[in-house]
Amino acid sequence: MHKFANPTFFMKIANAVFPWAAGLSVLCFIVGLPIALVTSPPDYQQGETVRIMYVHVPAAWMGSMVYAVMAASSAVYLIWRHTVAHIIARASAPIGAMFTGLCLVTGMLWGEPMWGTWWVWDARLTSMLILFFLYLGYIALGDAFEDQERGDRAAALLALVGSVNLPIVHFSVEWWNTLHQSSILSMQGFSISTEMVVPLLLMVGAFQFYYVAVLVIRLRAELLAAKIRTARFNLAATG
Amino acid sequence: MRSFAAILRRDLMLAVRNQGEMLMVVGFFAIAATLFAFGVGPEANVQSRMSSGVVWTMALLAALLSLERMFALDFEDGTLDQLMLSGAEPAAVVLAKTLAHWLTTGVALLIAAPAVALSFQLPSQAYGALMLSLLLGTPTLSLLGAVGAALVLGSRRGGVLLSLLLLPLYSPVLIFGAAAVEGAILGIATTTPYAVLGGLLILALTLCPWAGAVALRHAVE
Repeated sequence: MHKFANPTFFMKIANAVFPWAAGLSVLCFIVGLPIALVTSPPDYQQGETVRIMYVHVPAAWMGSMVYAVMAASSAVYLIWRHTVAHIIARASAPIGAMFTGLCLVTGMLWGEPMWGTWWVWDARLTSMLILFFLYLGYIALGDAFEDQERGDRAAALLALVGSVNLPIVHFSVEWWNTLHQSSILSMQGFSISTEMVVPLLLMVGAFQFYYVAVLVIRLRAELLAAKIRTARFNLAATG
Repeated sequence: MRSFAAILRRDLMLAVRNQGEMLMVVGFFAIAATLFAFGVGPEANVQSRMSSGVVWTMALLAALLSLERMFALDFEDGTLDQLMLSGAEPAAVVLAKTLAHWLTTGVALLIAAPAVALSFQLPSQAYGALMLSLLLGTPTLSLLGAVGAALVLGSRRGGVLLSLLLLPLYSPVLIFGAAAVEGAILGIATTTPYAVLGGLLILALTLCPWAGAVALRHAVE
């Protein structure tokens, strides 16, 4: 694994992966979106609104998955001080926040026709909201210091603390919710047919490859920014 | 261990000599609850219905208020650098500071809570639950808060940042703390919320001093 800590070597691999990820993402979107939004069957209960699921569910999964990537990279950074690991975490945060935000917005749009209200304190919605706040805290903490490295380390530690806390939050919210709310609003008994699984998986694939492609673009930008900082520093030191 | 006792004694003495801090926390607690009463109106049954949530939320916000200063003063005048160089175990430093914070603000909140609850018409059978849940919950708030306070040391806009970091982490404590009181009000009291609050406290007690120590080491480097 330590081989990958070299930024030049790492970016060589990342740049080789990029066209595949970008291409596969576009392909999955082109094939998946028409099936999901037009040709897949409407739900017998929810009708056409069920199509929101094909954006909502992949976004929710990506929101959690990107946080896991972020926490794992932060741990690697704190233990071995590999800068590449931290750059992955920092570059992932805005993408993960975007997915989580998309999940919340589509959840609200779905909730309005289904539950008759834009927002309910449903266990899953609330957990996603807390996840969204954790992303915002991570981004804000990383940017709050004059010294970039201090911000990097504080943010990495916060990502780890958050990853311990997230399961607890999820469990608490679920317990809180069953205590306070009737189960009419729950989505239990929502079994899914094959005609829906195929477009759903295509959309999940599209989101995954989209994440990888955007991550590579952001990694390039982060490394260039680091190069500019070093060049400026050297210029100030010599000039 | 000796450094733990020395730091604890020093912080407690500072708090006793400078009581403004503690009074400010209690004052904020009382004023915030009063504003809440203005917000929801004077109807006794509405207030009584909301009392468990209001008392717990306001206590949580009041605890948050004093957290920023837990390490900040020592960080600014260089005491923290000396502590880290002194050979004292950093986790013990965090734990001593946390205990001092809880003994000053947490206990002050415990004393003030029944008065605030009284003004919010908390039913009489729920006072025991309120005190027990605060007793189990507020140390967890101080422990999590110590990690947050150590993380934001030396940052721009530390106070606002601290609340953004900590409020999501505080939500489980609030949920189970308020639920314990709610259960007592409705007469359906179970031991579940207390068990979870105790579990959260033990988990925070084992993890937070170490996380705080790592954050402190980064801060003084």
